[in-house]
Amino acid sequence: MSELQIVVCGGIVPDPLQTLAPQMGPTGPALKNEMMLPAVLDPWAWHSLNEAANLAKKNPGSKVTLVSLGPKAKLQQVMMTMAQKVPFELVALDGPASGFTESAEVAALLAEAIEGIPGLDKSKLLVFGGWESASRGAGTTMQVVGEILGIADQFLAVDQIDVQADGSFKVYERVEGGKHQVSVCAGAPAVLGWATGNLPEPPNNPQIGMMNMRTIMPSLQKAKPTQVKSEGLKFASVEQPQQRRDTKIVKDMPADQIAAEIVEWIRK
Amino acid sequence: MSKVLVLLHSEQDGSLAKSGLEAVGAAKSLAEGLGGSLVVGVFGGEIASAANAVAGCGAEKILGVAGADFAASRYATDAAAAEAIAKAAGADYIVAPGTMRMNRVLAGVAYRLGGRVDSHVTGLAVEGGAPVVNRWYYRQRMMGRVQRDVRPWVIAIDPGAFAPLTGTEGTASIENVAVALADGSKRTSVEGIVAPAADAQTIRPDADLLFVAGAGWTKKQADGQSHVKEAEETILGFVKGAGASLGSSKSLVDQSGEGEAVLSFLTHLNQVGQTGATPRHPKGLASCCHGEEPHAVGWRFITERRAINLDANCGWAQGKADVLYVADAFAVMKKVNELLTS
Ligand SMILES: Cc1cc2nc3c(=O)[nH]c(=O)nc-3n(C[C@H](O)[C@H](O)[C@H](O)COP(=O)(O)OP(=O)(O)OC[C@H]3O[C@@H](n4cnc5c(N)ncnc54)[C@H](O)[C@@H]3O)c2cc1C
Repeated sequence: MSELQIVVCGGIVPDPLQTLAPQMGPTGPALKNEMMLPAVLDPWAWHSLNEAANLAKKNPGSKVTLVSLGPKAKLQQVMMTMAQKVPFELVALDGPASGFTESAEVAALLAEAIEGIPGLDKSKLLVFGGWESASRGAGTTMQVVGEILGIADQFLAVDQIDVQADGSFKVYERVEGGKHQVSVCAGAPAVLGWATGNLPEPPNNPQIGMMNMRTIMPSLQKAKPTQVKSEGLKFASVEQPQQRRDTKIVKDMPADQIAAEIVEWIRK
Repeated sequence: MSKVLVLLHSEQDGSLAKSGLEAVGAAKSLAEGLGGSLVVGVFGGEIASAANAVAGCGAEKILGVAGADFAASRYATDAAAAEAIAKAAGADYIVAPGTMRMNRVLAGVAYRLGGRVDSHVTGLAVEGGAPVVNRWYYRQRMMGRVQRDVRPWVIAIDPGAFAPLTGTEGTASIENVAVALADGSKRTSVEGIVAPAADAQTIRPDADLLFVAGAGWTKKQADGQSHVKEAEETILGFVKGAGASLGSSKSLVDQSGEGEAVLSFLTHLNQVGQTGATPRHPKGLASCCHGEEPHAVGWRFITERRAINLDANCGWAQGKADVLYVADAFAVMKKVNELLTS
């Protein structure tokens, strides 16, 4: 089995059950009441953290580090929950979590933080993250992290990784039409942007929580303040779409009649 | 004068996908709007027929990278090919189809060129002499109109968002661009594509109709029982009969991880919504699905929407569907299947 250093890049996003509205500020768009909205770890990044922990468990001696950029207070709130789930160490960067910031600048900050991880050994390094975020939704951050770190084996929308005893691994990436492309990579270093993966949600584990918090709290305290200037990026506007449709609610119509109406509509 | 490069990849059979023709259409109108010129760049295993498909698009030249090293979709070699073409073109704007293959490399390529990238672009216009792109933020919850000062500006357009340019077939003369592959570019080998068995293949991006199944299909019904087998038959029968693409809510696909009754043919790839897909289809029919916001944001690009739910107060009733049938989906869909086969 291979000893791996798995670094997971994972941002935080507003809880998807919240209503979101944009607002223009002096430095560009932001979410209304952003600091008031409850936050969660970005869902695809969470899948990648879960997969990282699973892979580390299967490869004894491996370590998982989560690198996260977000407002310190929000990061703390999210980490309290995440700490209960799977074992990891945290490198926190204090800065914006907004979807309106420039991904290349965010990537540069993440790459710098990864380079700064004590004892980093690129020959064992797998950089994980979500393939897209629930904020910017672009899928353009991980590649740049890889480029800056000099990693040319990159995979996007990954649902599965099978690491072999010699350190090589097979990876399943989503492609169009509900299919997967299967590749074999000679081994670390590599970048994997995860889709959903196949793991179930782990239950909360207070023991893992206690262990995690010992390193997470100090890491939050020394979170490095950062800035994302989004240079050269301008928003002409940010708007919510006209969401409401005039829903026609059809009640008390027999199933036969509804079926006929649906078939007619499909064939139209 | 602005220069626009439309960057394309050929398919495994050497052809150009429809999404490629859409990118050519978008790039051409951008070049026209800017009063600039257009260059085509293609990479892949075989590129002749892809280049021929756009030979008459009005491009100044057609640049190409071809060969066995570029046949498969692999980051190291695709990025090197795209970078070489972009450098040879010296373009200010690079428009590309947002296929999975392109999306994997474009951000890295933009970085190498000292440029910036916008992905999932759904609109592109020129205003006051400068391009503006439309793209969604927060998983299709708000639309931003974005401008940039940095060049080159790489613009990946969402497949299906632009009209394809047609009638441009001809015989292309391709200028080959040399690519020096760095050591280690072939540490990854692509083995192939795995697809579900033909009869379990339920995701059809080109279908006219998206049929979404929700967790209600596996829940206890009025008789106090769940009817999973019947649900499977009804759903698959419909998807087959109507040639529809099958989507799912998160709750339904998550059930396999929770040890509950599941519909055997559904995976996370079917999931529509916040943490699933945002497919593009002219029509969508939701069944036994509550239409909560994290699900319904995945319907942004579904034009006509109908839903069947027992609950008249479900999310679809709140302005998310055009028509909500308050009815038992088992009864309705069985009848629909009968009508489709009769
Ligand atoms: C971080 C996060 C991300 C999320 N991402 C997504 C996502 O990407 N996609 C997604 O779908 N959800 C997502 N969700 C979950 C979402 O909020 C809902 O929980 C989910 O969509 C509910 O699924 P459902 O409607 O299938 O199930 P339920 O809420 O259980 O609804 C079942 C429905 O079936 C109806 N029903 C039952 N029997 C019948 C019958 N015989 N005929 C007609 N109707 C019937 C019921 O009336 C009910 O409305 C996310 C949530 C979070 C917190």
